[in-house]
Amino acid sequence: MTAPVVVFAVGNPSRGDDAIGPVICGRLEKWLENEGLADQFELIEDFQLQIEHAMDLQDRQLALFIDAGANTPAPYSFQRIAPAEGIAHTTHELPPEAVLQVYLQTEGVEPPPAFVLCVRGEKFELGEPLTAAAVSYVEAAFGLLTRLSGQPTLLEWERAVL
Amino acid sequence: MTYNLETAEHPEKLRRVAIDPVSRVEGHGKVTILLDDQNKVHQVRLHIVEFRGFEKFIQGRPYWEVPVMVQRLCGICPVSHHLAASKALDVIVGAKRLTPAAEKLRRLMHYGQMLQSHALHFFHLCSPDLLFGFDSDITKRNIVGVAAAHPEIAKRGVLLRKFGQEVIRVTAGKRVHGTGAVPGGMNKSLTIAERDELLKDIYHIVSWSRDAVHLIQKVHIQDPGLYNSFGIFRSNFMSIVGHNGDLDFYHGTLRARDDNGKLIFDDVDYQQYDKYIEEEVRPWSYMKFPFFKSLGREHGWYKVGPLARVQNCDQISTPFAEHERKEFVDYAGGSPMHAPLAYHWTRMIEMLHAAEVIKDLLHDDDLLSDDLMVEGERKMEGVGVIEAPRGTLFHHYRVDENDLITMANLIVSTTNNNQAMNEAVRHVARRYLHGREVTEGLLNHIEVAIRAFDPCLSCATHALGKMPLAVELVDPEGNVVHSLSRS
Repeated sequence: MTAPVVVFAVGNPSRGDDAIGPVICGRLEKWLENEGLADQFELIEDFQLQIEHAMDLQDRQLALFIDAGANTPAPYSFQRIAPAEGIAHTTHELPPEAVLQVYLQTEGVEPPPAFVLCVRGEKFELGEPLTAAAVSYVEAAFGLLTRLSGQPTLLEWERAVL
Repeated sequence: MTYNLETAEHPEKLRRVAIDPVSRVEGHGKVTILLDDQNKVHQVRLHIVEFRGFEKFIQGRPYWEVPVMVQRLCGICPVSHHLAASKALDVIVGAKRLTPAAEKLRRLMHYGQMLQSHALHFFHLCSPDLLFGFDSDITKRNIVGVAAAHPEIAKRGVLLRKFGQEVIRVTAGKRVHGTGAVPGGMNKSLTIAERDELLKDIYHIVSWSRDAVHLIQKVHIQDPGLYNSFGIFRSNFMSIVGHNGDLDFYHGTLRARDDNGKLIFDDVDYQQYDKYIEEEVRPWSYMKFPFFKSLGREHGWYKVGPLARVQNCDQISTPFAEHERKEFVDYAGGSPMHAPLAYHWTRMIEMLHAAEVIKDLLHDDDLLSDDLMVEGERKMEGVGVIEAPRGTLFHHYRVDENDLITMANLIVSTTNNNQAMNEAVRHVARRYLHGREVTEGLLNHIEVAIRAFDPCLSCATHALGKMPLAVELVDPEGNVVHSLSRS
């Protein structure tokens, strides 16, 4: 059975604060298991968002994209997003809005309600661990994430939008 | 094969145009163009902005960690690094010949990677340029625009990519950070259910791949004035070729030809690659410039990737792709085709070949076997070479008696194409920017030339907001007079 919520966690674990997505994904996986919620969520970790991720949106009630951000608000921002055309200059890594748009164009129906949890990163150097600042941002973001995961409804997630 | 336009005589008097980074290219790249007051081009360079540093990162690690670690080099083709590293470490553990099951499983993984990477590149990186034109509205010249105007093409691109990812998942164990290949073989085979799931779709995949070849062939033939000359330069070319000169992405010996197609070297064991290839460092770029030792730095540079491979092999072992190869060779008129936009045509021939090979492998029961590992006499050094989607990829390691990596040297596909990409950019700049005002459409011509090589210029960092595209115009005194950014 398809899990009603899909969570995309994006980033390269070997690239400093780019590891924020994978780190949060690992913690969330354990938390969901401990809370008995694992079957409600599918966690997808990848280096970059790509066109095929549009297919992972099929039959979902909610979608969440977790990623590090450069020069984005600290400790994190949480927003609802919509399909959007023409906002990307690159297709080697799509922004979440473009993944939704690919879904809309290829499936011919609206994608599920989708949100972005963007956690600020500071440094993205090869071989570096998370910065101290990023560790604190992850901690703050994880608090929100557990709250969202405990109440995975559109109403509750929209209430949490900052 | 010259260095014309690489270095201007008086760069301090020139205006600088920077495209930074090049859009729709993996990682970060920068093109600088120095113009004088009359917009005459004096210097063109493709820069690699970021130092990779990965070889140092690997040193001191246990060798068995390496096939997993190196996948973090590139978010677009981690499987190529996974397999090239595994092949190098096969030598170190004395696995001279893998079991049939292990080699076929690795091939399946690799050909899945080729299929998904080529599909991504063609349908979603380059089809916007090819379907809408280089000067079209930039807000539509992307995959979202393709999906709106050509929904069936866009959907096939998604499904081809998805299928390739599924092949990788079942062979590598996971969609990313897979562990399928290990020094000496594989750690898992396919289950019957996994194989049957892939078999359901493979005939569509072959059919769509054939359609893709015909689409790009038609686009190319309809406008030979553009496609046969855009960014053209002549060069040597190199790839590995398989048994009997077959096109082979996984294993073979090194073969190189000159710009007329005459052999420079052939049947070279890639363990000896450093006797044939040297890497030059230039002060203005972090990326090295490899060349054939026998021809020297000025005449020995070369190109790799689909255009090199399809013309370097003697034949393709699968029938549909071989038919398309012959069509391409006939079109080229019996001598090597050097036009960069022909990369797209040959890339689709390769995608078709990958689909056919996957189909054949899925009918081979060796994929279900548990006879997966061999070992032999331990060595201290090994080289692994593979034909990655973008071209020949070298991994070279030395280990000590404690199994720790003491030396790593990687020549990635994009490094092999470094000089070739610079030449293409110079040609385009000379032809399209000379004496004109700089516009976004003109700058995109340079990007189109670079994208034909499908370069991967950096590691897989992509955090939201991390990849703006900025263009700066700087006057002869160094003042920024105009800037443009996309984000």
